[in-house]
Amino acid sequence: MENVDTDQIIPARFLKATTRDGFGENLFRDWRYNSDGQPKKDFVLNNPTYKGKILAAAKNFGCGSSREHAAWAIKDYGFDVVVSSFFADIFKNNALNNFLLPVTVSDEFLQKIFSAVENDPEAEIEVNVENQTITLTSTGEQEKFEINNYKKTCLLNGYDDIDYLLSIKPEIEKFETIV
Amino acid sequence: MAKTLFEKIWETHVVQTISGGPSVLYIDKHFIHEVTSPQAFAGLKKRGIGVFRPKQIVATADHNVPTIHQELPIKEELSRLQVEALKKNCAEFGIELYGLGHPYQGIVHVIGPELGITQPGMTIVCGDSHTSTHGAFGTIAFGIGTSEVEMVMATQCLLQTKPKLMRINVDGTLNKGVVSKDIILYIISLISASGATGFAVEFAGSAIRALSMEARMTICNMSIEMGARCGMIAPDEITFSYMKGKPFAPQGKEWDEKIAYWSTLYSDADSKFDKEINIDAADIEPMITYGTNPGMGIGVSGHVPLLNEINEKEKPSFEKSIQYMGFEAGANIKGKKVDYVFIGSCTNSRIEDLRMVASFVKGKKKADNVEVWVVPGSKQVEKQAIEEGINKIFEEAGFNLRQPGCSACLGMNEDKIPAGKYCISTSNRNFEGRQGPNARTMLASPLSAAAAAITGVVTDVRELMP
Repeated sequence: MENVDTDQIIPARFLKATTRDGFGENLFRDWRYNSDGQPKKDFVLNNPTYKGKILAAAKNFGCGSSREHAAWAIKDYGFDVVVSSFFADIFKNNALNNFLLPVTVSDEFLQKIFSAVENDPEAEIEVNVENQTITLTSTGEQEKFEINNYKKTCLLNGYDDIDYLLSIKPEIEKFETIV
Repeated sequence: MAKTLFEKIWETHVVQTISGGPSVLYIDKHFIHEVTSPQAFAGLKKRGIGVFRPKQIVATADHNVPTIHQELPIKEELSRLQVEALKKNCAEFGIELYGLGHPYQGIVHVIGPELGITQPGMTIVCGDSHTSTHGAFGTIAFGIGTSEVEMVMATQCLLQTKPKLMRINVDGTLNKGVVSKDIILYIISLISASGATGFAVEFAGSAIRALSMEARMTICNMSIEMGARCGMIAPDEITFSYMKGKPFAPQGKEWDEKIAYWSTLYSDADSKFDKEINIDAADIEPMITYGTNPGMGIGVSGHVPLLNEINEKEKPSFEKSIQYMGFEAGANIKGKKVDYVFIGSCTNSRIEDLRMVASFVKGKKKADNVEVWVVPGSKQVEKQAIEEGINKIFEEAGFNLRQPGCSACLGMNEDKIPAGKYCISTSNRNFEGRQGPNARTMLASPLSAAAAAITGVVTDVRELMP
């Protein structure tokens, strides 16, 4: 499915919390459940055959609203990585700020992932942040993915942007006096 | 060296560039609201730090507020708690709040411009993707997530990678019945819901220059619907005359100095864009969406695409989408039944939008099968509509004029479209369930929405115009 927007990931009516926790419960709420609260059998997350730490999605994942609740919901549900051929900008930043890794792969590689998982729901996919590689374990097929050095260091060491910005506060104060 | 409008603003706001990484971008204005700020405040408290520059932040309550009886306590508990948390946090951290009951309250992207807080050359952020609206004044304005809201509160800066630059030129004269909403729906239908991802987009050309500020805001507002990091339009005399005298606009000598600076904010003749698109205004007709993303728009005289007109890879999404909408591939859009009409949202709730609707419906009555909600963008818009007698016109037409807020654009408060019902909406997103679980949204201009309100079906507004 292309163009999965953040309203699908977490509908607005579930954005009323004032904390970051518990959003996983309503991840893909209206795709996962009927209006009477019964799980929809044909939705992938309701099929116990498919489980794991990596969410694979088609082009333009996370478009629409800037709600970071979308990243919180995916992370809270138990995913650590989202793979797509194309991410919406704001979602990508939100994901990174929550140590949820967005991995952009080519259309071809994404198709390979979909086929591999369709053929074998237990298929393993390995993501290596250090080497910036994603690998289909069964065939050894591999692709490199982009992540800037700064973000990579943050992810590997658990730093966030606020830690960095606070560390350069004198420079920010100096900038304010020049402009 | 020749520079674009974007580069002129970007370069004067970069504090530092991290090698092999993003730039530290200084933010001039930060708008906040009740939904995406509580966790940011909680983050500051957890870190034991305060707000770095509280005077550069302005808060309002809009997403979650009821649009009737705003004088009463909010009934829905979670919404009330969120609005109360905003009030408490703003008081604690010294942030100006235009909350419920304040004469400046309204949708964050309506009040910034109408109060003169939004000014050319600024960098502006808000935890809301439609922050791109403010780009109509020649600003770099974009939506951010809550971690970034916390970042700006803590340091007045963000880490940003410079986007690629795109210019979209719209030249010529608009056809009868075609307004700015149609321009942007047309552009998104051409380039798709992801066509501008990774780009900052400048809108230019004679058709854009001829638009009012309200109309320009509608265009920049929906830049995010094609994935753009931000949308922007160079400021000009129309911008300056809109701003003059606004409560927070500069005055006297400072005004003159600002005008001198703002007048330098345009893309130089030889400046370079990574991508450029040229559009003839005459090709645009009143637009409407048939599907579940804003790129699925067609001219009102057109038809829902046939399956063979869709790319192979997009077919699953397309089929799911028209099934959700209850439409057949190849069907005409004109004449489709409408149950609700929503005129409002940060896209189309300004006084000009209300005037446009009022002048069209004056002396007419809504169709019996349709419920019509008009939700003004702010207390100021509401006040002006009453002063101009627009409320009377709506009353006589059977339209329900409500109180300011985001309302049925995202169905976060009680203003939801019931399951299975069709709504012609002047808002910005037709995603599944956006206006309420299983609600079906068709995006259109205020003029087209008004026409549907009168006839009860999707209507070509040109046929009802003199």
